[in-house]
Amino acid sequence: MPNHAIEITSGPRLLDATQGVARTSLGRRRRPAEGLIQGFLFVCGAISILTTVGIVFVLGKESLLFFASPEVDLARFFTGTTWQPAIGQFGILPLINATLMTSMMAMVVAIPLGLCVAVYLSEYASLRARGILKPILEVLAGVPTVVYGYFALSAMTPLLRSILGPNTVDIYNTASAGIVMGILILPLVSSMSEDALSAVPRSLREAAYGLGATKLETALKVVLPAALSGIAAALIVAISRAVGETMIVAIAAGAGPNLTLNPFKAAETMTGHIVRISGGDLSYDSIDYNSIFAIGLMLFLITLGLNVLSRQIVRRFREVYD
Amino acid sequence: MSAPDAVGNEIAIQAQELNVYYGSFRAIKDVSLAIKRHQITAIIGPSGCGKSTLLRALNRMNELVPTARASGQVVFLGQNIYDRDIDPVELRRRIGMVFQKPNPFPKSIFENVAWGARINGFRGDMDALVEQSLRRAALWDEVKDKLHQSGLSLSGGQQQRLCIARAIAVRPEIILMDEPASALDPIATLRIEELMQHLKENYTIVIVTHNMQQAARASDWTAVMMMDEDRAGQMIEFGETQQLFMTPRDRRTEDYITGRIG
Repeated sequence: MPNHAIEITSGPRLLDATQGVARTSLGRRRRPAEGLIQGFLFVCGAISILTTVGIVFVLGKESLLFFASPEVDLARFFTGTTWQPAIGQFGILPLINATLMTSMMAMVVAIPLGLCVAVYLSEYASLRARGILKPILEVLAGVPTVVYGYFALSAMTPLLRSILGPNTVDIYNTASAGIVMGILILPLVSSMSEDALSAVPRSLREAAYGLGATKLETALKVVLPAALSGIAAALIVAISRAVGETMIVAIAAGAGPNLTLNPFKAAETMTGHIVRISGGDLSYDSIDYNSIFAIGLMLFLITLGLNVLSRQIVRRFREVYD
Repeated sequence: MSAPDAVGNEIAIQAQELNVYYGSFRAIKDVSLAIKRHQITAIIGPSGCGKSTLLRALNRMNELVPTARASGQVVFLGQNIYDRDIDPVELRRRIGMVFQKPNPFPKSIFENVAWGARINGFRGDMDALVEQSLRRAALWDEVKDKLHQSGLSLSGGQQQRLCIARAIAVRPEIILMDEPASALDPIATLRIEELMQHLKENYTIVIVTHNMQQAARASDWTAVMMMDEDRAGQMIEFGETQQLFMTPRDRRTEDYITGRIG
């Protein structure tokens, strides 16, 4: 019996068993789980791309119906100053103008404030201050936009009216909506910019300090330029958010396409108009219905254009540190 | 201060009973060290013994670590640099620094050299200053035709010389070098060492290195640091480099330089 056992463990049978051969060969091994995961990840990626394609397709199709209809003239669409679907006036300028005005106002608030907050958090704040401030700031981003909308209407507008006089400031106006929208996107700007600033290697800061730079010089002349691409990305995300923001402008900016450059007058943005029109009883395949998609397509093109523009800017000005 | 009776006896900066803490941890303990003017002083010792901490205590770079604090004195130009009324920004302009990993700014070669001088209010001929600094750093001939390319386009050794040129352009009195050649290949290392020999005519150099051959080759004075039982770094020996390497007084120095420890 013992002999037998020894023969098994030391005999040639074990060495040339298939198991042993598989171990030593470099042949391709099957890893089904690996393939499964890869497939799953591919599907996830494909879904998001397909969704985008679907959105563009629907936007394009319905817009095409709009532009093809005899009542719409493409040149008048881009140059007309009146948007009155009821009387067949489709000039998109008042809507685009209002959108740009609220977005610009939002950026005027959010860019300087957001960058200051970001520089403070990443370069100046103590660990404790940062630990308290950052979550608070991020709460701002979590406030429902409808709350912001009524905040604009019932707090910001009265404030503007009390400062500038009720005759100058309408109850509905783009300034109030824009300022509150700036507060909404402030956390976006500051949080993403702060990430970009914090990602700048410590060695660059040390280099600056070692040359006798002050904290401010280090922050503004070394860290900020090095983080520029990240900051630009943050700003673009913020602008896109502002252009697409709906609830605040629907509530506080005004209801009626109005071409004005006065930020204290009421005006309706593209998103605000879509919401108002689609909220009513709108029949499918009417020109009004299709016009919504045309406006949506314009919104889409604006954000796309901003993205392309920002890539160009970033490529041109960024300081690569690695 | 008495007049120097021989070259290298005038003291540029002096640590007295210097302690540096990170939180409650004492990183270096009671270090007293006199750095001679226009000489190269090497600080050697096994890793973690506080060499870099000591170096960074000489221009208050440690302060960038939030929990760091120092006690004792570092006397520079007759003043304790840890006095309340000393401005660390002004101090670092006088005592420049070159780091372990080359860290040029992501700006052009010209801007890299000009930057420090400009923020310090230099109003002379910037072109001349940049050229002079690059020449002193033995880099001019290699970069004179591409001053407007990014400093990061250079090789590692060139980047480190660019960082030296950048430090020189501020016209410091002392240059602290924290293992300046540890990320470089042997040829680039040798160039840095040659460069240091030229630089000591105008500047006082303190170099931290874990490379004993480098200390032996390139320095005039050597300080040896070692950790004690509490892992606090102490200076166990200081002397002229040749003497220290030939006839170390401390047993631990001998063990270290002959490769028995570290």
